[in-house]
This record gives sequence, C-alpha cells and structure tokens, in this order.
Amino acid sequence: MDSIKSWLARSGMGSVLILALIIVVVFPLTMDLFRLNLVGKYLTYAFVAVGLVMLWGYGGVLSLGQGVFFGLGGYMMAMFMKLEASDPETTKIQSTPGIPDFMDWNQITELPLWWEPFRHLPLALLAVLLIPTLLAFIISFAMFRRRVGGVYFAIITQAVCLILTVLIVGQQGYTGGVNGITDLKTILGWDTRTDEAKYILYFLNAGLLIAAILLCRWIQLSKLGTLLLAMRDKEDRVRFSGYDVSMFKVFAFCLAAMLSAIGGAMFVLQVGFMSPSLVGIVPSIEMVIFAAVGGRMSLVGAVYGALLVNFGKTYFSESFPDLWLFLMAALFIGVVLAFPNGLAGLYESHVKPRLGKRKDKPAAGTDSTPSSDVPPATPLHSGAPHGGKPLARTALPDGVQGTSA
Amino acid sequence: MADKKDPIQTPLTDEQRRKVLMGMAAMPAMMMPGMALAQAAQFPTAKVNTTKLAVTDTEVVVGQLHSATGTMAISETGSIQAEQLAIDQINAMGGVLGRKIRVIKEDGASDWPTFAEKSKKLLVQDKVACVFGCWTSASRKAVLPIFEKENGMLYYPTFYEGLEQSKNVIYTGQEATQQILYGLDWAAKEKKAKTFFLVGSDYIWPRTSMKIARKHIESVAKLGKVAGEEYYPLGHTNFNSLINKIKLAKPDCIFAAVVGGSNVAFYKQLKAAGITADKQFLLTISVTEDEVLGIGGENIAGFYSSMKYFQSLDNANNKAFVEAFKKAYGPKSVIGDVTQAGYLGPWIWKATVEKAGSFDVDKIAAASGGIELKTAPEGYVKVHENHHLWSKARIGQAQLDGQFKVVAESPELIEPNPFPKGYQ
Repeated sequence: MDSIKSWLARSGMGSVLILALIIVVVFPLTMDLFRLNLVGKYLTYAFVAVGLVMLWGYGGVLSLGQGVFFGLGGYMMAMFMKLEASDPETTKIQSTPGIPDFMDWNQITELPLWWEPFRHLPLALLAVLLIPTLLAFIISFAMFRRRVGGVYFAIITQAVCLILTVLIVGQQGYTGGVNGITDLKTILGWDTRTDEAKYILYFLNAGLLIAAILLCRWIQLSKLGTLLLAMRDKEDRVRFSGYDVSMFKVFAFCLAAMLSAIGGAMFVLQVGFMSPSLVGIVPSIEMVIFAAVGGRMSLVGAVYGALLVNFGKTYFSESFPDLWLFLMAALFIGVVLAFPNGLAGLYESHVKPRLGKRKDKPAAGTDSTPSSDVPPATPLHSGAPHGGKPLARTALPDGVQGTSA
Repeated sequence: MADKKDPIQTPLTDEQRRKVLMGMAAMPAMMMPGMALAQAAQFPTAKVNTTKLAVTDTEVVVGQLHSATGTMAISETGSIQAEQLAIDQINAMGGVLGRKIRVIKEDGASDWPTFAEKSKKLLVQDKVACVFGCWTSASRKAVLPIFEKENGMLYYPTFYEGLEQSKNVIYTGQEATQQILYGLDWAAKEKKAKTFFLVGSDYIWPRTSMKIARKHIESVAKLGKVAGEEYYPLGHTNFNSLINKIKLAKPDCIFAAVVGGSNVAFYKQLKAAGITADKQFLLTISVTEDEVLGIGGENIAGFYSSMKYFQSLDNANNKAFVEAFKKAYGPKSVIGDVTQAGYLGPWIWKATVEKAGSFDVDKIAAASGGIELKTAPEGYVKVHENHHLWSKARIGQAQLDGQFKVVAESPELIEPNPFPKGYQ
C-alpha cells in the first residue's frame, strides 16, 4: 500500500485519477445531456490548455496562436464531414450537385483537388494529426533556430493566427468564409447528432483527454521534462551543456499543436460546425487564459481552468445577458491578482500544506528555494526545487519529479 | 434599451409598461383581461401544446437570440428592441391564445459557436415555443442544423442571400431577388443606367447578391453591362483603389453592398474624391437608417437605397409603429429595414398560432403559408408557402437628416423566390 501511495504522490497520478473520476463518472451521472454536451465542448478547449502547460509552463514558450492548430484540426475534420454530407442526392438542388453547398454558392463547379483526400476517413484523421504538427514544426523550426523567442515569438504566433483567419475568410469558395463549414451530420454514415452518439463522443473525448494528460505527465517525468524545465529557467546553461535547445522547443511546440488539433477535431464532432471565429486572435488568447486560470504548471489544473472559465461564461451569459462580459473580466483580473499561480497554485499553497502535515513528510530537497530568475508563476510548493539543480547529470533529484501533474 | 435594468426580459416595470401602452393608442381595440382568461380556457394547454413546450395555462415562453455584445451589437440592437416592442404590445392585448408571452433573452455575443450553444439551450432546456433572432448569415447557418434537429421555430429578420428554405425558419426579411431586381429595373428605367459597377464586402451575402445582379443585368433583363465587380474584406477601410477604378470605368450606376464599419469609410472617401450624388448615381442594398447614423447624412445624401421599408413610409400602420417605438426607446431612435422586419416576427407568430390553434412547431410550420398581416408597418404582407414574405420593394433617397425619401415603390407584392431559376 505504502509503495502505491508514494508512487501516487511522486507521479501526481492521484490528481489525474480524481480528474478522471470527475469527468468520466460524476459529470455524466449528475448532468443532463445538454449540459454534458457543453462540458464536452469545454473539454475540447482543455486539450489546448494542456498543450499550453507543456509549452508555456514547462517549455517557457508563450504562444498566443494556438487557435491556428485548434482550427486546422477542426477544419480537417469538418471537411471530411462536409463532403460526406454533400452527396449528390442531398445536394441535387445545387447547380453542381455533390460539392459542398458553399462552393456552389461561390460558382465553383468542381471539387478542388486538395479537398479530395478528405473523402477518406483515415486520410482525414491523419491530416488532423499531421498537418497542424507539420505547420508547427515549420514555424517553430524557423523561429527557434534563429533564437527568436519570448515576446517576439508570441507576436509571430499572433500574426500566423491573423494570416490564417484572413485566408479562410478570403477564400470563401474553398473554405466557407465567415460562415465556416456548417451543417455537419454523419461520419461514415453514423449520425453524430443523436443522443447516443453524443454520449459516445463525450466519453471518447474524455478518454483522449486523459490519455493526453498521461502522455504529457510521462514526458514531464522523463529526462526530457527535466530538460524542458531547465531550459526554461536557464537556457544558456542547457545550451552550454551540449544540448540543442531549439529542438526541445520545437518538440514542445509541435506537441502542443498536435494536442490542440485533436481538441479541434473533437470540437467539430461534438458541436457540428467549424468557423474562422475559432481560429482568430481572441480565442487563442482565451485559451491561454484557461491555462493561466488553471495554473500553467499543472496539467489537471489546465483542465479545471478550461472548465471553470467556460462554465462561468455560460452561467454569467445566461443569468446576466447584459453584464456578463464585465463579470468575466472581473473573474480574469481577480484570478490573476489573487492567485497568480492559478487554481493549482491555490491548491498547492493553501490546501496541500494542510493535507500534507498529516500524511507525508516533505520530499527531498526542501532545503533549496527556487532561484531568483524562476518566473513568479512557478509553484513554490515544497516538493519542486527545480530552480537550482535541473542539470544534474547524476540521478535526477526527487523534487523535480515531484512537480505535480 | 428599455430593459437594461432587467437582464432576463421578464415583464417591463410599471413605468415602462405605461410608456408602451401610451404608444399603443393607435393600436386596434385592446382585449380585456377577462377575455384573455376565457380564451385560455377555450384552448386547454393539453390541446395547444402536445410537444412539451414551455406553455402553461397562463404563459408561453419564447426565446430571443441576438448579439447584445460584440461587433454586431450595433446592428442587432434595433431588432432586439422591435421584437420586444411587438411582444409587449401583444401582451397588452391579452397575449397569444390567452397566454402572456415571457421572453428568455440570450446573448449570441457576435460569436457563431455561442449562437449555436444558446440556441440549443433555448430549445432543449427552456423548451421555448419559438425563437426570434439571428442577424448575420453566419449566425443563422450556425443555428440552422440545431433548429432542424430539435424541431424549433426561428423568426429571422434580416434581408439575406436566399438559397435556403427550411421548415423551421420564417424569413421576415427579403431574400436577394426581392431586393435587387426591382432596384436594377428602376435604375435602368428611371435613371437610364446602362453600365453598372458592382462593389461589395467579401462574404456570402454580397457575393450572391452580385451574382444575381450580374445575371439580371447581362442575361435576364438585358439592362446593359457590368463595368466592374469588386469585393473588399469585412472591415476594410481604404477604398482609394476602388475609387480610381470607378473613375476610370465611369459607370452609370454604382451598385453597392458594402456592410458594417466599411460603409462609413466607403461613403466618406467617395465624397472626398468628389463622387457625390449630383455627379454620380449610386444604388445600395446595404444602407438603412441605422447605417446612416454611422455614415452621417451629409456623406450619403442624394444616393439611393433599395429596401422594403423606410421609416418615412406614409401610412397609418407605420405612423403608429414609429410613435410607439420612439416612446419606448427615445425620440432619437431610428428604425431601419431590419428593425421593422424584426417587429413583424412576433405578430406573424401570433397570427400563425391563432390560425393553427396550437403552439406545436409542426402545426405552426404547416400553418405559416398564407398568413396575412394587415397591420405591418411596411403595409400588407403575406407569408409564402416557402416561409418567406411577399413584400413590396421600395427605393429611398438619402436625406441630410439621415432619413430616406421614398421615390419609387413596386406596384405589387413581390413573390419571394429563394432559389431563382436563371440566376444560379
């Protein structure tokens, strides 16, 4: 028993288990289908937030353009579903039956070649995973090789957002323009709009999200995770130690992009349409806020952040339709002022010490405090003294691994 | 908005109600409360509501879904106000089948996924009998699958591109041909226009409208030729290159469908470049009294707009409507084409419910065709079997004070034709 307990504490699996219990058991039992479907939508944003924890919290690279990857993943999925919804029978009223309706409205008379692969589900799914990741690789490789970082990188990600939005809106014959791709119905003949399908998609979404968290947790606990942290805190020291810093950053960016793309695809499956308003700058920044509210160092915190902000948005806008934007702004400002480390920071600083007093003794390394150049958002709990010695070539300090999930 | 204090639009405060009532002096005889009760007893809830809608013996719940925040709020506020006014007036008359209308107001926040979420909430959770809402095509496209899946009823007020027809939507604005063809014919006949320069914002409505206009000019009515066709992104504010092209092409008519913030820049720059009404004929299908507030009467005076309604229409229905609207929302408020179409929604719904003797969506959808409204501010209107309205087209000339002078009116109601043959 004790070994399980200590493993749980060390790996942070306890909090992942609790989260899994909440989204897989508690929500479906307590909510009606409409609310559960909304939670499903919020959880697709959580993919982006989890990716941001790896990229921003661990890698120290702030991206304000995650909507690009969320959107690309969503558009790939939507293109497949739109083609399936546009069979010649249902579109016989058009001048050219068998192509998506928005193409017909824009006087396009045959399906563009680059839409063809999206007739096949395996190719579409592959595109969901690979195209956003490839784009992320190109952007980040070009930037990080030239050691562009920090604010400049954040600005460039914003520019990419803007470019993609303008491209989608401008090329409306091929992308659906401002309206987006709407009226998506089935996937290989399976109607995604039925009650049963919504439950299945919810659990698929929840399962994928937990798998994503476990993957990220595994990376965090590996040597790679330690290196990411080290790089964030003292990039030059890692570089001088012989590591190729830029490639680690590229990896973190690609990982975050792929997770976002999965979230986007799940969004389309559950909500039934995709629009450029999910690609732009505003949603991209919103996604950073999810991670910030949850605590940018905490994978499960990011999920709670996404849930809390979106619940707040839905609740406030339903209850106070004239005031809700102010209330949301108050929530953001309040969280950032009162709990700069987000919900996870709150938990670490207020809840955990009280629990910990009784249960476990502090892990090794209570002696060191984080060095001065650790960003203030790093959780300052007793278990994670990664500031001073992330580079240890010898056995990794326990404390590094103790960083909570 | 009159109801700023009360976020979920429950009945108005006494003072506001008095205002609305005062504005209704010109409305036809009001029903007595006793009559409402008798009417409710005559239509037992079990009979008029077989699909578990939010209808009780005394109340029927409807939804309102517009952007109260975000970039579209400035356009959609007029519709929100007009729909609320119509509902208040109907309630003051005793409601629908003896039941008071209660409105659940949701904010789409100019964001299409939010529109989808809120429409689902209204239909699935609140079980509203119908929804008055949406403005942009994008928001309508986002909610349409939900209305069709959950079998809801949407009253959509905006003039739009057509190419759509749904059992679950009543389109109280014009589809594209109703707005465009009469205007072009009038331009060719009265203004002797032979060459047309088409310019619009770059999205589905202007694109479709210009496609129809081009077909009409070149092949259907053979009015002349198209001298140019240009599109600019939404929010575009620099029209210098367009102005140069116009100066080179020297068209008899500029036919414009520029929307939103771009409008302001477009007309100001035309004026700055010396392209004013005394030298150039311009016909727009995207400027109502609401837009002129932003553009400024002096920048657009003399140009023409093709709509179905102008605030200055001279008939008894419209005078009563304008008076009631100004009483409720202040003397400076203006009423554009879409605002009036929004006002029609609740009235058409009421007439349909009374004809069907039921709130059930299927029965309403079936009963909608042929519904007549003699009290509409734009004059007599009728619902077509295809769920669009028969309505007249009118040409108004913009005045310095921001109003339009009606200079032409189609003699007959124009049949709505969302899938026009020969224009595809």
